Amino acid sequence: MSDYRIKGETGEWEVVIGLEVHAQVTSNAKLFSGAATAFGAEPNTQVSLIDAAMPGMLPVPNRECIRQAVRTGMAIEAQINKWSRFDRKNYFYADLPQGYQISQLYHPLVGEGSLTIAADEKAGIPGDKVIGIERIHVEQDAGKLMHDQHPTMSYVDLNRSGVALMEIVSRPDMRSPAEAGAYVRKLRSILRYVGSCDGNMEEGSMRADVNVSVRKPGDEFGTRTETKNVNSVRFVMAVIEGEAKRQVELIESGGTVVQETRLYDPDRNETRSMRSKEDAHDYRYFPDPDLLPLELDDAFLAECRESLPELPDAKRARYLAAGISPYNADVLTAEVEAARWFDTLLEAGAKPVAAANWVTSELFGALNRMGRDISDSPVSPAHAAELLGLVADGTISGTIAKAVFEKMLESGDAAGVIVERDGLKQTSDTGAIEAEIAKILTANADKVEQYKGGKEALFGFFVGQTMKAMQGKANPQVVNELLKKALG
Amino acid sequence: MTDLTNLTVAQIRDGHRAGDFSAVEVAEAFNANVAGAKALNAFIVETPEHALAAAKAADADRSAGTLKPLSGVPIGMKDLFATNGVQTTAASHMLEGFVPRYESTVSAKLWDAGCGMLGKLNLDQFAMGSSNETSYFGNVISPWKRNDGGNAALAPGGSSGGSSSAIAARLCPAATGTDTGGSIRQPAAFVGISGIKPTYGRCSRWGIVAFASSLDQAGPMARDVMDCAIMLENMAGFDPKDATSLDMAVPNWEAALSSDLKGKKVGIPKEYRLEGIDPDIDAMWDAGIAMLKDAGAEVVEISLPHTKYALPAYYIIAPAEASSNLARYDGVRYGLRDLPQGAGLQDMYAATRADGFGPEVKRRIMIGTYVLSAGFYDAYYTQAQKVRTLIARDFEQAFASCDVILAPTAPSAAFGLGEKTADPLSMYLNDVFAVPASLAGLPAMSVPAALNREGLPLGLQIIGKAFDEQGVLNAGLAIEERAGFNARAEKWW
Amino acid sequence: MSIDQATVRKIASLARIAISDAEAAAMEGELNGILGWVEQLGEVDVTGVEPMTAVIPNHLRLRDDVVDADPLTGGNRRDDVLANAPAPQHGFFGVPKVIE
Repeated sequence: MSDYRIKGETGEWEVVIGLEVHAQVTSNAKLFSGAATAFGAEPNTQVSLIDAAMPGMLPVPNRECIRQAVRTGMAIEAQINKWSRFDRKNYFYADLPQGYQISQLYHPLVGEGSLTIAADEKAGIPGDKVIGIERIHVEQDAGKLMHDQHPTMSYVDLNRSGVALMEIVSRPDMRSPAEAGAYVRKLRSILRYVGSCDGNMEEGSMRADVNVSVRKPGDEFGTRTETKNVNSVRFVMAVIEGEAKRQVELIESGGTVVQETRLYDPDRNETRSMRSKEDAHDYRYFPDPDLLPLELDDAFLAECRESLPELPDAKRARYLAAGISPYNADVLTAEVEAARWFDTLLEAGAKPVAAANWVTSELFGALNRMGRDISDSPVSPAHAAELLGLVADGTISGTIAKAVFEKMLESGDAAGVIVERDGLKQTSDTGAIEAEIAKILTANADKVEQYKGGKEALFGFFVGQTMKAMQGKANPQVVNELLKKALG
Repeated sequence: MTDLTNLTVAQIRDGHRAGDFSAVEVAEAFNANVAGAKALNAFIVETPEHALAAAKAADADRSAGTLKPLSGVPIGMKDLFATNGVQTTAASHMLEGFVPRYESTVSAKLWDAGCGMLGKLNLDQFAMGSSNETSYFGNVISPWKRNDGGNAALAPGGSSGGSSSAIAARLCPAATGTDTGGSIRQPAAFVGISGIKPTYGRCSRWGIVAFASSLDQAGPMARDVMDCAIMLENMAGFDPKDATSLDMAVPNWEAALSSDLKGKKVGIPKEYRLEGIDPDIDAMWDAGIAMLKDAGAEVVEISLPHTKYALPAYYIIAPAEASSNLARYDGVRYGLRDLPQGAGLQDMYAATRADGFGPEVKRRIMIGTYVLSAGFYDAYYTQAQKVRTLIARDFEQAFASCDVILAPTAPSAAFGLGEKTADPLSMYLNDVFAVPASLAGLPAMSVPAALNREGLPLGLQIIGKAFDEQGVLNAGLAIEERAGFNARAEKWW
Repeated sequence: MSIDQATVRKIASLARIAISDAEAAAMEGELNGILGWVEQLGEVDVTGVEPMTAVIPNHLRLRDDVVDADPLTGGNRRDDVLANAPAPQHGFFGVPKVIE
């Protein structure tokens, strides 16, 4: 149980949170037309006669959008409804050309499912927690309004109008901003694994409507407010914190929370009521008579299931079983690109534990420094596997490996080529090492005395001197053994 | 030389093919009739140049030996079909001046088949009406007059009133219509012509201004059954752009026409015998039964127990769909925009829609909005859709014991303009026999069968099983041959 | 049940149709007439009856995920889309300024 509480004048309050996440479905064409979905096109160029709601235009659903929503449903182990329907949600707005949004109210495509957020002591999530997902339905996105182009007019761009969205509706199962943040991150991760949404919150591919209410622990649910279109994890958490405080203060000062739609202003970090949208909403939902019921057959569902990749939870479990630390397993599975890169590295023969340590420290450090994503890493998994292989079989030391990696980043050459060219192979030639040891012991006779007199910490000094003399290429284990022998 | 405008579609097609006349001659003859019939107000836009261009192409194709199925046939296009580059209004102020940059599937098919367009035909605004009195562009006048010596202007029926009037007055040999709750059949009956509404999904709805999506269906109107078959063959067909389109081959209805009904059973629905109905209607119906018996059919009584509820169900479902379908007319992207001084977006919507829609359209939008609104949805809309299921089931059960159903098309002959406008309900009741087949999506046609005592045409309706347009056409042909209906309105316009 | 003028105004507002008081008064009578008449549907026993979903047996076909395969259903036709716009503005549709 989360112990997140708002401390009010009348005691502690618990926050209850539900999220409706709108995720743009990855598809080439829109949900009901053949117009493109690409981000950033010239205004109204990706608009078909259908998206502009010209008289007599009719919708025909895009199979890929249905398929992606079904795959997403399978990824959260949800019930897939083989019979669903599209409904019209009727309201008037300049970004809604038809005067209705085609959505699903009565019979959604995906029913009850769930996802698990991982324990995170630091964030106040003491154990793994299952968050219920009520449903996923498919619907059309609206167009976009621009208000700052003309003194008396707003401009309407319909490029987004008709793009497919999945609305993923959680149960009111979250109790703290941290849980909500973890939920959004986990959901985003799953969507990106499945490939059904690019999860790009900056471009609006994922937005959340945040439902917040407060109650005294153990009481019934309070009245909730809904803050629309929140477009980052940080903002979701900020909205919950702010809105919960506002509600507590309101109630404690004798007011009541009204069920309403609110808007978040990131600049002021506060929400405000959207009274403009409050005019007695009555959406008059009814089944879209232009569309027949959507019936899915077993072959379609089987293809959806077979095309699902290994998902974050399964992958994390596999990594843990291979001995990878929980921390590294979390880091490696969070983003699908990193996980894929890492899996390719394992397939190329790298040992899991060493590979995980190397990726999370050396590779991520280097990418961070260069400001690059793993998807355009200058070092390929195959080259990395070769490098790790050279360490594992004793050809080079860990220290040399760091240097070789730097050279790989600069030149793009393979590890073996660099080691060969620069003569960086580790030596276990006992003769050469013994000769250097002899020189060092002679030159440091005083220290040898001290060592023999019990100052054993000096052993490290001799190792260092020997490695330095060998230009780092000596096998450290061999050096240790020979030194021990020489020092008696 | 014979008056080319007296020829049927088949006669024009065959005569042109045989070289009896040129397509240009045909187009010019019809263009002249159209130009001379302003008094009927059947057209919103006349397009003589379109008809002529198609005719020239038809003549060239004949020389080249590349004739198309309807080369040389000029037709009228109901102004509910979007026509590329030609104003498309649905007879509304809202769409006055709207010139689409696309062509409806059905009209495109007809042009591909070689037809030319004489013009865009007037109709009830957004196809809502039964008398063509709701058009923003004025009433269409029927060419028919009562034989009482009076000069009352009569309704051509609706909503395809421009189509019916134009065909009856020889302004075009055939025209497109659309039928949501009788809008092809009732106007056909009112002016003594034929018209068929095919099975829902036969003709693509793509590019037809929507009224009620689950009911709207295009079909042809023409002077006889064969012409209906010919036209329908060239209008029907699968369209991937319409999710409700039927993915079925289009039969060769013309070739399979046969008025021999031996072995066929004709159902007579007892619920259609309305108390107090015009005795002329009942007499025509009885005569029709006799004609079908004469054609070899066996007549059986059937029951469609929920008939009484069809009209009220229709007046929930159709307005509900319409209230949503017509939401797109908001003054933002096309059509009328009424922007009062200082008005905001929502005020612009309200002003535009108040100004752009006529009273009947507003009435239906209001009803539709109400029956879908919170708290009323189940009581009205869900209940109506359940009743619709029962109505469709009635037909299914009836068709277990018959092949086609025979009934009157309308409960009366054409009425005078203005006679029913004061009471919307009395107007709605005129579709009492037409609406059940619409709710069940079944093919149904009207053929002229008799004149009543006022000298006005009456139509018989044949309703068929889903996909059995052939059965409907064949029964229609049997009546046509036996009724020998050849009355026509005397020219006064 | 019958509706009053306030309800008429509420429906008109939902439907975004401006109406005058006189129109609201006239419509009250007309709508009540029609609604009173359709209410006879309540008499029908619909126990166990499903609402109509598809009037003719047919199943929903889905389109392939291909951009602009058919110009009639694809994009890239801004001029056509804007051709009838009451207030086209630099490739946008202009509307009275919306204040959020």
